[in-house]
Amino acid sequence: MKKGYKLIYKRPQTLTKTRINYCPGCFHSTMHKLLMEVVEEMGIQEKTVGVCPVGCSVFAYNYMNVDMQEAAHGRAAAVATGIKRMLPDRYVFSYQGDGDLAAIGTAETLHACNRGENFTFVFINNGIYGMTGGQMAPTTLEGQKTTTSPYGRDPEKIGLPLKMAEIVSQFERVAYVERVSCNTPANTRKAKKALRNAFEYQGKKLGTTFIEVASNCPSGWKMTPEQSLKWLEERVFPYYPLKVFKKPDKKEV
Amino acid sequence: MGEIRLMKGNEALGEAAIRAGLQGYFGYPITPQSEVMEYLAQQEPHHNYVFLQAESEVAAVNMMYGAGGAGARVLTTTSSPGFSLMQEGISYIACAEIPCLFCNVVRGGPGLGTIQPSQSDYFQSTKGGGHGDYHTIVLAPNSVQEMVDFVYLGFNLADKYRTPVTILSDGAIGQMMEKVELPDPVEYKPDKPWATTGKTKDRERNILTSLYIQSEDMEKKNQKLQKKYEKIKQNEIRFDEYKTEDAEIIIVSFGLSSRVSRKSVDIGRAQGMKIGLFRPQTVWPFPYEKLREYADKDRVKFFISIEMNAGQMVEDVKLAVCGKKPVHFYGRMGGIVPDSYEVIEQIKKIKE
Ligand SMILES: Cc1ncc(C[n+]2csc(CCOP(=O)(O)OP(=O)(O)O)c2C)c(N)n1
Ligand code: SF4
Ligand SMILES: [Mg+2]
Repeated sequence: MKKGYKLIYKRPQTLTKTRINYCPGCFHSTMHKLLMEVVEEMGIQEKTVGVCPVGCSVFAYNYMNVDMQEAAHGRAAAVATGIKRMLPDRYVFSYQGDGDLAAIGTAETLHACNRGENFTFVFINNGIYGMTGGQMAPTTLEGQKTTTSPYGRDPEKIGLPLKMAEIVSQFERVAYVERVSCNTPANTRKAKKALRNAFEYQGKKLGTTFIEVASNCPSGWKMTPEQSLKWLEERVFPYYPLKVFKKPDKKEV
Repeated sequence: MGEIRLMKGNEALGEAAIRAGLQGYFGYPITPQSEVMEYLAQQEPHHNYVFLQAESEVAAVNMMYGAGGAGARVLTTTSSPGFSLMQEGISYIACAEIPCLFCNVVRGGPGLGTIQPSQSDYFQSTKGGGHGDYHTIVLAPNSVQEMVDFVYLGFNLADKYRTPVTILSDGAIGQMMEKVELPDPVEYKPDKPWATTGKTKDRERNILTSLYIQSEDMEKKNQKLQKKYEKIKQNEIRFDEYKTEDAEIIIVSFGLSSRVSRKSVDIGRAQGMKIGLFRPQTVWPFPYEKLREYADKDRVKFFISIEMNAGQMVEDVKLAVCGKKPVHFYGRMGGIVPDSYEVIEQIKKIKE
């Protein structure tokens, strides 16, 4: 580095040099980076095993420089359970979309939470099936148009969007639940802190840790990245508030 | 010599798994398999494995994926409807090349069917079951002793070839009690440099996946799998024979129905018919070559496949015999075990 310059930002070596091919403005990229920064900053790369889902982040293992398993659609929580039960001293996370975690994989999600499996869920809730081209998700908002709800989601027909953070925080053995976003620098910092908390609680074996990300999908939503940020503020956050739903007692941490 | 005990097939399988170094068991209750789970749940505090009752067979098979991928020696057991639910996962496991041992204690189907023993999952087990071009090694025990032996064998083959292995048992073998010799416990030391145990500084990260988005890569992956399957076919075919040396009529039969057929051989011979029994122990890979040798012998008049289904293995027998001799079939369905005399009646009918 040039004399007189100070290094204030760099790619963590827990991210590979592979070019990330998420759509421009998509939070998947930001969340990958935050997650891998946490792994690097905690010095736990050697002890981390990740599970990626079927969804846009199916290739997360191309970007994250940690051991990873690619799970079948919806089964990441079961796969992560298998890993963590065999390797209880490793840091295990599952990284899943909303179709994956809250539709096809709901049973695995809820039962892993109920058992208090000691791994971290990173739940990217973008209200849509990004990968398959913008179909309705269990989290699509009321009235929101998608390719399979072309007239807007109709709760009479399909019910209201699932609130996973609210649901899983009901389980006794779930230690920590927070919904975050990365639509602004301040929220991005909070999101990173939440991931860090989750991994630290996991290290202390406190139970399941669950970080829901109120995320975006400019392509599936048919918006510019900027419009998607506005949609988040106006439509998503009122229904999916950013907050801590549950955290461990002070004396536990 | 190992320890001799009188045991139920399902419990013997559980005990064998413990002795063979089991590290993780994931399963969901279903008759007629539940004794395996119950046995392993009961024994867990005395040993060093994890027993986990999953919320479904779908979850169980994916826990197998995760735990097997983390390098552990893993087992699940189920019965037909549950095995159907596991098929997606087994396809993923085959492609990601994760050693896993499955046991299907088969009951009569289709649908919810019956809890009585059956062999109607032969197609499902030997021809794929899930999607894509893959196979699992399929071992077909016909005694409580083989339930034990095939656990050891199955774990070792799974590791050797990085592949899922299926023990294709049935409700009767699972439930009946017989004398077994239990081998000495082994201390399992896995050597799995590919396992996802955490990326240490001295190696690249390990990735277990079944996703190869470029067709060329997916074809290459398939070729690799097919090469492995060829190797398995060359090295791992196993079968057993009874009085085939001079046989003119060859019964082909596996698992429980082979016990019935063995008695038919004795009954038939007492009546002057030169019958022999050929019993595949691996139904995948199937012993085509060996059967073909018999088809080429002048003295052999015909083959008859005896099964507890509508005629599944008979297709493999026909492939082996290749039209050189007639191939007949007799079977019972729905959980009914054919009688040795019934088999003889069939053979007499064919002879007329
Ligand atoms: C068993 C199965 N069913 C359906 C699919 C097709 N599929 C792939 S990704 C996906 C939805 C993913 O949506 P989500 O989990 O929300 O992730 P996103 O792409 O939005 O990040 C579906 C339905 C599949 N791969 N496997
Ligand atoms: S389709 Fe949506 S979720 Fe997928 S990468 Fe593009 S913006 Fe992100
Ligand atoms: Mg989504």
